[in-house]
Amino acid sequence: METLSFILENGGLISLLLGQHLMIVMIAVGLAILTGVPVGIAISQHPRARRWVLAFAAVLMTIPSAALFGLMIPALSLIGYGIGVVPAVIALFLYSQLPIIRNTTTAISNLDPALREAAVGMGMSTWQRLLQVELPLAVPLIMAGVRMATVINIGIAAIAAYIGAGGLGSLIIRGIAQSDPRQLLAGAIIISVIAIAADYALYALQRLLTPKGLNKMAAGQMKEATT
Amino acid sequence: MIQIDNLNKKFGSTTAVEDVSFNVQEGQICVLLGPSGCGKTTTLKMINRLITPTSGRIRIGGRDTSELDSVTLKRSIGYVIQQVGLFPNMTVEENICVVPNLLGWDKIKSRKRAAELLEVVALEPSKFLKRYPCELSGGQQQRVGVARALAADPPVMLMDEPFGAIDPINREVIQDEFMRIQRQVNKTVLFVSHDIDEAVKMADCVALFHNGRIEQFGSSDDLLARPKSEFVANFMGGDRIMKRLCLMRAVDVATQSPPREHMQVVGGNSAVSSRSHLVVKPGDDLRQVLSQLLGQGQEWALCNDSDGRFIGYVHQSDILARLVENTTPVVH
Repeated sequence: METLSFILENGGLISLLLGQHLMIVMIAVGLAILTGVPVGIAISQHPRARRWVLAFAAVLMTIPSAALFGLMIPALSLIGYGIGVVPAVIALFLYSQLPIIRNTTTAISNLDPALREAAVGMGMSTWQRLLQVELPLAVPLIMAGVRMATVINIGIAAIAAYIGAGGLGSLIIRGIAQSDPRQLLAGAIIISVIAIAADYALYALQRLLTPKGLNKMAAGQMKEATT
Repeated sequence: MIQIDNLNKKFGSTTAVEDVSFNVQEGQICVLLGPSGCGKTTTLKMINRLITPTSGRIRIGGRDTSELDSVTLKRSIGYVIQQVGLFPNMTVEENICVVPNLLGWDKIKSRKRAAELLEVVALEPSKFLKRYPCELSGGQQQRVGVARALAADPPVMLMDEPFGAIDPINREVIQDEFMRIQRQVNKTVLFVSHDIDEAVKMADCVALFHNGRIEQFGSSDDLLARPKSEFVANFMGGDRIMKRLCLMRAVDVATQSPPREHMQVVGGNSAVSSRSHLVVKPGDDLRQVLSQLLGQGQEWALCNDSDGRFIGYVHQSDILARLVENTTPVVH
């Protein structure tokens, strides 16, 4: 109850922090899509490159976030961006690589070989095949990776407040420092809620971007499974 | 139309196709037949260069295909595969329009073509154009697959076991349907199959493959009745002589000489009664005719045309004589 009244009383501050939080996550995931999808496509036909890239992305994922932020400070200080939004975005960008690259490359390399053979046999060039067949069919899996990256990053972005990136993590840090459970809980609850909301919103986007034929196919399979 | 000379394909140290040569005339269906791993599919895929030959020459319409750009070549040849490979993200119409779009056809023209082709493969355009592949049965999907391959009106069609994944009953239907379509479009077709009955039914000529080589090339009747080697004889089956029945029609054995008992009944009168006697059509294949004769315990049948006009008598003994005509024993 106290937490709720805290949220209502500090609406202005909270929406400012919420804006910062979402901006960091959106920039990081946006950049990760721009790089991760092409990398995922590029490595899908090269098993050895794929193993190395996925292993590297997995290692990135295992670095504790506090440690990664800590490492950023001396590294980025050299160009004058040791703390603030820039290191936060870079860290989140790195954490997004694994789900996006892995899902993209899985979607492309698991494509039914018959479809690829038909596409090549009918005289599609590599690009035509990619744009007309492979990418549209990969949409559901790529979007699943994007959703995962987003949800993970909304959580990790809370820690970025320690390096001065702002965001809802500030409430949690201040709550701990001031022994004020209202701020702590407000920050934690809002972060959870936006993580869930972002997942739903992206799921709606995924349905929108998925080709109609695939949605129908999924619906058909579901019907078969339940009858 | 298609001339293949001394075609070879090696994968590393293994030879998949060795010194294969044959010609296919325009408008003919040539079946590449053989057990799995015999090189028939590799040969087929070298024609549209999904696989690049190690050596040898392929000419289509007199033109050496190695002079053509690989993508241009593929777009000019219809290609149908066993798993159909319809793109699930596209409607039936979009699937059929793939090659026309790649060739830069006008949208209206390619849409019109899609509707026409659905008529050809006996699917109602108004019902099927906007459907997705997942909303079609297996047989319907393969009909669309055939329509898609015909879209840009290629002179040559390559078909890789196109009906292999369809259940036996529907396979017969779609084979008959394809023969009807072929009479209408008159393409030069190369057709990979491991099914002898399918080959006997559809082929104008058969290339029987064994270990990467052509064991025998000829008509179905050549392979059934005059196999050049023990392998051919074995592959065509112990009942290969009986399979010849499918290649012959009632009219081929119809004679004017009436059976003795029948003369007594009608007294040599030319007005022939068909009462209580089996009547067959001139186009019926002898397998059907013989089966009916045996089933009804009769020695002969009347062959009448569709207007009921008498054409001749079909005797069981004539059919049996025909079966062993022009056969050569296998040299061991």
